Amino acid sequence: MANPSQTAPPLLEVQHLCKYFPVRAGLLRRQVGEIRAVDDVSFAVYPGETLGLVGESGCGKTTTARCILRALAPTSGAILFRTQEGTVVDLAPLSEAELRPLRREMQMIFQDPFASLNPRMTLFDIVGEPLLVLGRMRDRQQRMDRVAELLEMVGLRPEYMRRYPHAFSGGQRQRIVIARALALNPRLVVADEPVSALDVSVQAQVLNLMLRLQQELGLTYIFVAHDLSVVKHFCDRVAVMYVGKLVELAPTRSLFFQPRHPYTAALMAAVPVPDPRLRGKMQPLEGEVPSPANPPSGCYFHPRCPHAVEICSQEPPRLQEIAPGHFVSCHRAQELELVGVDAAEVPGHEG
Amino acid sequence: MSTPDPAPAHRPPTPRTSSTLPQEAEAFYVAPNWKLVWWRFKRHRLALVSAVLLGFIALVALVPDFFSTQDPHASSKTESFIPVQRLHLFDQGRFRPFVYGVVGQRNPRTLRMEWVIDPEVKIPVRFFARGYEYKILGLIPFDRHLIGVEFPGDEGKIHLLGTDRLGRDQWSRLMHGTQVSLSIGLVAVFLSIFLGILMGGISGYYGGVVDLVIQRLIEILQSLPPIPIWMALTAAMPRDWSVEQVYFAITVILSLIGWTTLGREVRGRFLSLREEDFVVAARLSGCSEMRIIFRHMLPAFMSHIIAASTLAIPVMIINETFLSFLGLGLRPPAISWGVLLQEAQNLQSIALAPWLLLPGLAVIVTVLALNILGDGLRDAADPYR
Amino acid sequence: MSNDPAPLLVVRDLKTYFFLDEGTVRAVDGVDFAVHPGQVVGIVGESGCGKSVTVKSVMRLVQRPGRLVAGTIRFRPSSQSAQRWPLAPDGTLDLAALDPQGPIMRAIRGGEIALIPQEPMAAFSPVHTIGNQIVEAIRLHQDVDRQTAWEWGVERLAEVGIPSPAQRMRAYSWELSGGLRQRAMIAMALACGPRLLIADEPTTAIDVTTQAQILTLLRALQEQHNMAIIFITHDLGVIAQIADHVVVMYLGRVMEAGPVEEIFLRPQHPYTRALLRSIPSIHTPSRTLLPTIQGSIPHPFNRPAGCPFHPRCGDFVPGLCDRNTPEPVPVSPTQTVSCHLYTGELHGEPIPDRSSPA
Repeated sequence: MANPSQTAPPLLEVQHLCKYFPVRAGLLRRQVGEIRAVDDVSFAVYPGETLGLVGESGCGKTTTARCILRALAPTSGAILFRTQEGTVVDLAPLSEAELRPLRREMQMIFQDPFASLNPRMTLFDIVGEPLLVLGRMRDRQQRMDRVAELLEMVGLRPEYMRRYPHAFSGGQRQRIVIARALALNPRLVVADEPVSALDVSVQAQVLNLMLRLQQELGLTYIFVAHDLSVVKHFCDRVAVMYVGKLVELAPTRSLFFQPRHPYTAALMAAVPVPDPRLRGKMQPLEGEVPSPANPPSGCYFHPRCPHAVEICSQEPPRLQEIAPGHFVSCHRAQELELVGVDAAEVPGHEG
Repeated sequence: MSTPDPAPAHRPPTPRTSSTLPQEAEAFYVAPNWKLVWWRFKRHRLALVSAVLLGFIALVALVPDFFSTQDPHASSKTESFIPVQRLHLFDQGRFRPFVYGVVGQRNPRTLRMEWVIDPEVKIPVRFFARGYEYKILGLIPFDRHLIGVEFPGDEGKIHLLGTDRLGRDQWSRLMHGTQVSLSIGLVAVFLSIFLGILMGGISGYYGGVVDLVIQRLIEILQSLPPIPIWMALTAAMPRDWSVEQVYFAITVILSLIGWTTLGREVRGRFLSLREEDFVVAARLSGCSEMRIIFRHMLPAFMSHIIAASTLAIPVMIINETFLSFLGLGLRPPAISWGVLLQEAQNLQSIALAPWLLLPGLAVIVTVLALNILGDGLRDAADPYR
Repeated sequence: MSNDPAPLLVVRDLKTYFFLDEGTVRAVDGVDFAVHPGQVVGIVGESGCGKSVTVKSVMRLVQRPGRLVAGTIRFRPSSQSAQRWPLAPDGTLDLAALDPQGPIMRAIRGGEIALIPQEPMAAFSPVHTIGNQIVEAIRLHQDVDRQTAWEWGVERLAEVGIPSPAQRMRAYSWELSGGLRQRAMIAMALACGPRLLIADEPTTAIDVTTQAQILTLLRALQEQHNMAIIFITHDLGVIAQIADHVVVMYLGRVMEAGPVEEIFLRPQHPYTRALLRSIPSIHTPSRTLLPTIQGSIPHPFNRPAGCPFHPRCGDFVPGLCDRNTPEPVPVSPTQTVSCHLYTGELHGEPIPDRSSPA
């Protein structure tokens, strides 16, 4: 895998992205509060890389992903996308009509392959839809050729295009979803938990396929996941989110081996490792993820943080770059010595 | 159901159980939605039987004259309250359908006409017999009937379901009542589907204030007690309206009140479908709102709408029957099931002529069949579990 | 622990089929396993492997069109219950022969064998307080008054780490957060001091950090009460962390069973080996192609003949694996494998060296 060159200008830059959902109550649906699903999140994605977005439920990773693709309208902030022609467009304020020409450059892979394919359409109609609608490919034969090519690319037989999605298993459906996403040669693909709904024995197939396609087509991925093992395996850089905020962003290696945010460290300590020799290493964190409708004061993590001091409950920390490319949002990031995945104590799993 | 072909080229093919040959499997894989619905529906035996039965009833509703034996409006003072005449199919071991003639005798004490079977007179019954003239669908003149007597005349009438107070043939009137009652139910449901999809669709699509107003309107409509409303509306109908005008007005009244349930259903499906991943995917593929609605959303709930409307028809039929029974709906000379049952309203006539209640049986059978069919359709409507 | 001479539960040749219009689904098709007192048995498998149906069968909770068609489920009740029930000479009771709705089965369910369901939200009634539901559960199985049962309930809630348990007894399930609700569910399952706890994917619906808490709690409780646990999951990481003994299932059959160290460090069945290789772990090298298992899990109506895994197996032997279903064979004193590589039916060909994995 070619290392993504961070010297190139970013493909996507998210600046101070916020998405608040109103909480309404009463007969007249008056707004009584808001859920800050995504709260002041900023990061950049460079061409050819895979950025992981990790976190537990309610951390806003999926909302962030959907805002970037403008499946949701952000409350505030900018989403700067560098188009094929090299101009930088802010997607945030655009209308649906203005977005349409840009849609061919960015696509999405969904979590549940049973919900993301219209069961009443054949594979040809599903994969061919973006070709027809955005690609203006009116000729049926031309469309069929392209769909056949796409199906082959994701490892399905071209003859399958007459079939309906109900003929396929979860893993195969996810391949169809990928084929649809790639129909118009997008540059950015947002994958929202693409393997978490699949059976364990099929996950590796889909991960391998995505990896291969990235190499062949030079794709840039934003990879949303809650499974740290998959993220570690798949991503170049990882952003960790907690209750709508970005808490740490770093290259995968430094994040996993030298985490600088206590939440990142705790998250890694909580992952059950498929090795019975590493038993009892699991260090559960106290408490639970707070609701984004009613977050704690100061740093949202302080009630659960084993390293919290007075300032943590009073002042929200700012995201700062404490090493090149390593961003952390913690008051004590400089002084803490945190343990990540310890490479030394890992027994050779493969014997 | 079976599994997709999991075997890559270099593997020996997966052995299959004998019930799923590759060809059958391929037929399943390429089966569009309606086919899957049909395959599932077929397994619901009772619903299938109901569908066939309803097919017959619909045929009756289409050409009631063909199934009638007499002109439903022809009355005869001398033939009131003739009881049911049983149809005998075999005469001395041979297939020769006939009915026994009846003779009226006045009971000297009660002074009522009493009809007794005259075993001496056998009135032969024929199929596709010539009878009174009528027009099929109001267009093609015809004079054949499914059953009739060989020599129409005073002696030779048959009354399969007896006659009413005015000596009109109950069977023929039931056939014509079927046409009116069924068509009112059907037209009213179509009108309310139209209203329901329109209002529900607007409500679900625009949301916000429009949604709020329509939802409150539905709640108000649903909270109104139906009987007083019907009474008020029918009371507002001018007395001198023709049968056709009343018929049309009843249909509109029924659907104006009946659309609310469907409207809610459509709105709910609309709102939940908007959030479905495949609709989001369509939007990300650049589909216009129109394409999303007509290509992705409408097909997804059409089968539910059909099932829901099938279940709504019997309600409409019952409502019409109910209105007419109370004398608020159709009035004679119009014939509907409700009008027929109105004849059986007082205890005396039930005691005297219990066969006047038989149209009630037609209502029960039809409503049950529609409900079972609707259930079957609803179960089959979403073949993707 | 696992060599305890008197197992708590022995399941032999269990078969549970579902008779549907489309055909018969053999959800569980000849499953054997045993649970010893104080042991955590992990049943691991992917969708359609029959792990849930297996424990539902043990609890006799399989509903029509499903039916338990064959097999024995020998359970050893606690000594005080044993006096009231007609036991076999070896002190066990065949649950498979009991009436699922009968008094003995009802007493066993909740009293001797308790279940922690996957979705705690659905398991609690939203219209009764947690306390009332726990008290009801206790009084169904124990002859105690309300006051005592209430006090027991408070103790149980405290035991599972719920803060201010006396107040929580008066709370409704929807007032608790996901993690607390799962803890309350565990408290309720423990209410009557069961000898066997069945946990059906208890951590699938919750977050990683909460999952770690629940797993730690379950282990602690198991040691305190010397309870046996059957833990069902599809997550190999969770299994490695909690189970003593592992049963690997695929399409209704046990592929491999043995102590957790043997299964994870010396897997013998091609399925187990491939599965373990295909999962990315925090410790595998990044951004490399993972070894995969080809194909996908067949639909239950289309079960392959012979070994159910053969169409996806890298060691497939034509003419053997697709004809004969392999029976479990011991490969060590504690480990059994159902694979023709070990059954001895593979004459003439040398058995590949299986001493080191991968």
